[in-house]
Amino acid sequence: MSVSGITETVQYLTFKLGEEIFSLDVAKVREILEYTNITKVPQTPDFMCGVINLRGSVVPVIDLRLKFGMPATERTVNTCIIVVEVQMENEDIVLGTLADSVQEVVELEPEQIEPAPQIGTRLNTEFIRGMGKQDGNFIIILDIDKVFSNEELETVQGHGSL
Amino acid sequence: MAKIIMTADDSASVRQMVTFTLKQNGYDVVEAVDGKDALTKLSSQKVDMLITDLNMPNMDGLGLIRGVRAGTLNKFIPIIMLTTESQDSKKGEGKAAGATGWIVKPFKPEQLIAVVKKVLG
Amino acid sequence: MIEQHIATYREEANELLTELETSLLELEDSPDDADLIGRVFRAMHTIKGSGAMFGFDEIASFTHEVETVFDLVRNGKLAVTKQLLNLTLRARDHIKSMLDADLTSDSVDRANGEAIIAGLRQILPDATPAEVLQQKKEKHSEVEHATDQQTWRIRFRPHPEILLGGTSPVALINELRDLGECHVVAHFEDVPRLEDLVPEHCYIYWDIILTTKCGIDGIKDVFIFVEDDCDLKIDLVDDGTQFEGDEIYKKLGDILVERGDLSPVEMRRILGLQKRFGEMAVAAGALTPEKVQSALVEQQHVKNVRQERISQDAASSIRVPAEKLDLLINLVGEMVTVQAHLSQTAAQYANSDFISIAEEVERLTSELRDTALNIRMLPIGTTFTKFKRLVRDLSQELGKEIEMETEGADTELDKTVIEKLNDPLVHLIRNSIDHGIEMPETRLAAGKPAQGIVHLGAVHSGDSVLITIRDDGAGLDRDAIRAKAIERGLITASAELTDKEIYAMIFAPGFSTAAKVTSVSGRGVGMDVVKKAIEALRGTIDIASVRGVGSTITLKIPLTLAIIECLLVRIGPSFFVLPLSCVEECVELARTDIENSHGRNLANVRGAIVPYIPLREQFLIAGDRPEIEQIVITGINGSKVGFVVDSVVGEHQTVIKSLGRMYRDVKGISGATILGDGTVALILDMALLLQAAEASEQASA
Repeated sequence: MSVSGITETVQYLTFKLGEEIFSLDVAKVREILEYTNITKVPQTPDFMCGVINLRGSVVPVIDLRLKFGMPATERTVNTCIIVVEVQMENEDIVLGTLADSVQEVVELEPEQIEPAPQIGTRLNTEFIRGMGKQDGNFIIILDIDKVFSNEELETVQGHGSL
Repeated sequence: MAKIIMTADDSASVRQMVTFTLKQNGYDVVEAVDGKDALTKLSSQKVDMLITDLNMPNMDGLGLIRGVRAGTLNKFIPIIMLTTESQDSKKGEGKAAGATGWIVKPFKPEQLIAVVKKVLG
Repeated sequence: MIEQHIATYREEANELLTELETSLLELEDSPDDADLIGRVFRAMHTIKGSGAMFGFDEIASFTHEVETVFDLVRNGKLAVTKQLLNLTLRARDHIKSMLDADLTSDSVDRANGEAIIAGLRQILPDATPAEVLQQKKEKHSEVEHATDQQTWRIRFRPHPEILLGGTSPVALINELRDLGECHVVAHFEDVPRLEDLVPEHCYIYWDIILTTKCGIDGIKDVFIFVEDDCDLKIDLVDDGTQFEGDEIYKKLGDILVERGDLSPVEMRRILGLQKRFGEMAVAAGALTPEKVQSALVEQQHVKNVRQERISQDAASSIRVPAEKLDLLINLVGEMVTVQAHLSQTAAQYANSDFISIAEEVERLTSELRDTALNIRMLPIGTTFTKFKRLVRDLSQELGKEIEMETEGADTELDKTVIEKLNDPLVHLIRNSIDHGIEMPETRLAAGKPAQGIVHLGAVHSGDSVLITIRDDGAGLDRDAIRAKAIERGLITASAELTDKEIYAMIFAPGFSTAAKVTSVSGRGVGMDVVKKAIEALRGTIDIASVRGVGSTITLKIPLTLAIIECLLVRIGPSFFVLPLSCVEECVELARTDIENSHGRNLANVRGAIVPYIPLREQFLIAGDRPEIEQIVITGINGSKVGFVVDSVVGEHQTVIKSLGRMYRDVKGISGATILGDGTVALILDMALLLQAAEASEQASA
């Protein structure tokens, strides 16, 4: 029995946050950038790193580690920015997420995916579409649209008070 | 100096509407309740224009038009007659009697003003 | 007002119905009494005619049927019978029920009405064609709005007696003039010798050459009352379509022949004389000088029309969807950024070839940018026209006499700016009309003309447009505003304020001094909204007013929203830009100055005390303040405020980028821009920053 409506074989991009392996549906990924200068926008929560110049467009960047309650991403040669397209209120917005390193693209059959455990991941289970298994390792499959769901981003307002 | 227009109609509501519309557009108005009343008033008062109904007691519109054209004081003023759609032949009769133009009833205030402007120049 | 008319109508109709009933009953006893029949007819006629005018359409159409029958009776074509009287009495009751139904909102028994009409039709003599009962609707021949201008030749030859019917030929010709470009030539050749002249007759006729969009029906409409009192000949001489090089119109002789003023035989004979045709024709006695003159006028008129059209065609325009333009502007914006990067890189390499290429690209880019932005520029005049209507309607509603003057309607502004200006301008004009201009009596008493003037002007000034709304009304009431501001706790009773500062109070939310609320304004919403809208356009608003003389509101609006001139500053590692339009000067702030001001954020600028906001603290940017900082002094809402930064980098032209929805609620940052080296700098919204700083100061106090 498949979970979370995952019924076909899908390719996932895996990346590391700390020691844990996360993954995203490759259809959501636009490109992967090397770490570049990020301009912090004052009076915004810490997980919102700021904005970058993506070939002339101004794109916001998010630190998922802070978002998930982990310590902030430390910059190394492997640090990169995964540019994703997120659906928000029927609108596609482009944003970048920091990753400690990008691993590979894997193909997972629906049978390889199990439902998210209710406890033990330190994450809001809503963000997780399922747990993939590969070579005995667990891969957390993120539901990136949920991570950046409306309520989540609305919190910017609260933090933005002067 | 505001131009003076006479409205001759036995219907008080039409008179009221015509008067109101004309005054709102800056004209002075003299009212007459039928042809006879109108002709009496016109024999002593100079007006710039006459708007008359055709069907009126005592003296109808045609009689009034002929009377005005036969007089002296207001001989050359524009005269507009109010007719209804069923009175096509009346237009001809009215013209023959000396009417300048006509307005078909029912009409809207804007139509009235358009015709007044047209004949007063 | 209309309700009052309706009430009068209802009263009148009821009287008429009573009279109708009496007449009908009397008619029963003396069915041949023409006077009675006339009275019945007139009553019906008035009920119908006035009914239609005041919206009682159902009454009008029903009564029309009955009236038609009585028209036959009146003309002796139908006899008064018991049956007819019964039906008419029933009809009278039905009309009464329709009249009352409108008041009580009861439903009307339509079947009853139809039965009465059917009954009436039955008693009509067979000879009466059925369509008599059908309401002959006058066909309102819709004026065909041909999109193209056509040129017509109209010969209007009134019958001599036309003046006797009260017609003024001058009024008719003036009406034609209103339809379009018009040339008129009068012909006097029919004027008889003085002893034969009848003073009441009209002997003149006219040739009119008219270029109009109204079509032949529109022209005929002008002559609708005089169709039978004149000879009218209307010919199309130019149908608005033509081919290149075709602006040369017909020869004079051909025109005259076409008009029937000259026979072809005569034309050939005159042509044989080898002189200028017109002179020859007159000399030959074939034509009057007026006829030649008239033909020449036609020739010239059509030539002008065609030349104008050709020059218009040459300046023809293409309609382009706005998104395509936006895309172009975006691309140009990126181009500007890349070019800046290129110039910077070229400078580093110090290769003269490279540098000259970069300079060439810089020149082209700036030209490209100006051209691209220019495409979106539209004259502001289109909105001005809308306001004329607004002024007309509002002044009528308020019983004021107001004329609207406009100036600089061809001043060009970015399309999006024009759109966003609409609402604020409506508000300001409404205010001028409602609060500014006084009632005619008041104006006369004050020695002013009864008619007030609202002046709307636009003029370029550098990279901005100044829009002024000026009225010659009562002006702002300084004392009333002051009192209101004290009442609302905006200022203290003892505060010493300049006129400007007091006038600025009207921009406070919910502020209104209007003694009574009108449908137009006075609810105290508005001016704060106006101010916000103008600030959103990065514009400023300024009020000048003299009590009793009038007020002038001046809006200063940047030409475009896409690209701004700004000042680039740095705080620690971060770059920020401030719109140059509000920057006044930059002064140094040394550590010692801070120590001397005892913790107060006040700077002494040439003797004036200027409050400042240390942006490093405000933005919580880590790091130490440098020994010497810079204060950028800006003018916000007429007062000076400083913003402290680490250093001022310089002036910069920048393309505004949106920060997107994730950052839409961040206060004080209005967007971002990309610098030459690719880093992102944030655009500061000084007015909002000031607001936020004031708020936090009040909170901590």
